[in-house]
Amino acid sequence: MKHRTFFWFILPTLTAMILFIALPIVSAFVQSLFVQHEQVLVVSKSCGPFGCNETTSIDLEATEKLRQGEPLGKFNGLGTYLNRSHLAFSEVGKAWANSETLTDFWDEVLNLPFYGALTFTLTYTAVVTPIVLILGLAIAIGVNGLPNLMKGPSIFVSLLPFLVTPLVGSLILFWMVDGDGIIGATIQLVFNDPNLSLKASTALTWTMLIVYGIWHTLPFSFIVFYAGLQTVPFDTLEAAQIDGATKWQRIIYVVVPHLVPLISFVTLMLLMDNFRVFEPIVSFSAEAHARSLSWIIFNDLRESGNPLYGSAGATSMLTIIGVAFLLTPVLLRTWRDFKLKGH
Amino acid sequence: MTITKGLSFALVGLWLFVAAFPFAWTFWGSFKVQSDFFSKANWMYAIWGTNTINETGDAFTGNGYYGAWVIQSFWKNFLNSGIVVFFTVIISLTFGTLGGYALARSGFRYAFWILMAALVFRAMPHITLVSGYLLPFFEWNIWGHLPTTIIVLVAMNQPFTLWMLHSFFLNIPKDMDESAMVDGCTRFQAFRYVIVPVMWPGVITTGLFSFLLAYNDFTVTAMLLSEENETIIPAINSFLGTTQVEGKVMYAVAAVVSVTAPLLLLILFFQRQIVSGLTAGAVKG
Repeated sequence: MKHRTFFWFILPTLTAMILFIALPIVSAFVQSLFVQHEQVLVVSKSCGPFGCNETTSIDLEATEKLRQGEPLGKFNGLGTYLNRSHLAFSEVGKAWANSETLTDFWDEVLNLPFYGALTFTLTYTAVVTPIVLILGLAIAIGVNGLPNLMKGPSIFVSLLPFLVTPLVGSLILFWMVDGDGIIGATIQLVFNDPNLSLKASTALTWTMLIVYGIWHTLPFSFIVFYAGLQTVPFDTLEAAQIDGATKWQRIIYVVVPHLVPLISFVTLMLLMDNFRVFEPIVSFSAEAHARSLSWIIFNDLRESGNPLYGSAGATSMLTIIGVAFLLTPVLLRTWRDFKLKGH
Repeated sequence: MTITKGLSFALVGLWLFVAAFPFAWTFWGSFKVQSDFFSKANWMYAIWGTNTINETGDAFTGNGYYGAWVIQSFWKNFLNSGIVVFFTVIISLTFGTLGGYALARSGFRYAFWILMAALVFRAMPHITLVSGYLLPFFEWNIWGHLPTTIIVLVAMNQPFTLWMLHSFFLNIPKDMDESAMVDGCTRFQAFRYVIVPVMWPGVITTGLFSFLLAYNDFTVTAMLLSEENETIIPAINSFLGTTQVEGKVMYAVAAVVSVTAPLLLLILFFQRQIVSGLTAGAVKG
């Protein structure tokens, strides 16, 4: 294809991606270098017969004018990145100096908003991804062994938790595990504690979110693996069987190696999607115990009346760096493959 | 029947139950009153509707649906969602087919780089992009309108659409359009008269996923739309806040069921395409 033709064909999609994906990243970066204006205060002195009184009030008009004039706010350099809500180097240093044990130090660091969110996001990603991979493969093998008549309906039932939007899916689960819901009420009955709530402790909240994450993404890995199983060469399986391989050995030595490309694809997709975990925290109203990186950005932007663009921008940049770390191995591998193909 | 086989059947059975039960439960419960669906005393109330009979005289009630659709005007949000979804799907498919076709037919190095960039863009959490939009959109006074949201969703859809259609076009033999060009067609005519007639299976599959992205979106629509333009998903979230206080959680339950029902129909009719779409990226990897 000629360069010129290629250009015209790719123009609309490229324009859309540059304008609304690449530039917003730049814009978020620029915003992260600024902080919103402080309110303009006026000190007025009123003198009466009993001496003078100084009152401080907010000059709304002047504040508004300042914000109109420079909507970005004041230039702050990398200040936002270093403050308590983000990388908080000085707080971390202080915690290091003041805490006796490593556990103390961790406790203090985890109380800092950014590190707390990072820890939850990484834990969620690191727990959900492998469980979903293994269970997905197990269920795919199980469904593959079902009679043909039941395969279609099994896939039909499985698709729903994946296709329903996270906000709605997690609400459906939340209503069940909430104190008055069927599961929540049963748990209270079993433990004979009418005040037991899954939202009360950090560990239970995290577990609840992770269970939701598995429920939501399992269908994806299951279906991809199931489709992959249909292409496992029958001859190889038969040969292995003749050679005396047990069913288990056939899975480990024939099926899994055949699925390796699929496994890396599913892992990549799961990592990308789990890293942006956000909606379930809103639905479960779990923010007291679990906050993800996406959630703290959302929260900064929601700050009613006075969104913290600078803070949200800084967290966004740090999140993007995190995504870049996740993607680097994949990109490097694809690049190697591409070069090997000899372009 | 060995033990392994029994175990694997049990696992599948357990999964199917876990996957289906919450939906069945919520659907059934949406026709009850709150004190049944959220019954602390006895979960059997939700099945037989004991309090529902006491309060309304019948075991089933449509009060939740009436509250959501009529009192809370959920139909307006549904209409907004319809507009957003329709235009997002149409525009992203148009952009995506053109771009995907070009990428599949160009062997140059920059085509590879565009695909890599798309992969990186696909990985960006949507909220990070939203934090970049808000301030400029407020400044230019385009915040809150449906067209803004549509074009943003189209852009967010592009990486996925490009990848999918690119791998789909790779499967259409090059010879087809090239022979048309030998016969004197321009590249665009070859695309229009030779490729377009055979591309529909791939386009429909991709379209389903564009539909899902637009229909299911919360992050973008919640942040970029004003209250009167709200689509269904942020609407559910916002009347969760208001109705919980008034003890009208059943409105939200009814709305959630209403939102899920179209998805069920979608799976019913397009199961094969959805499955092939999920695996399309994997095969080409």
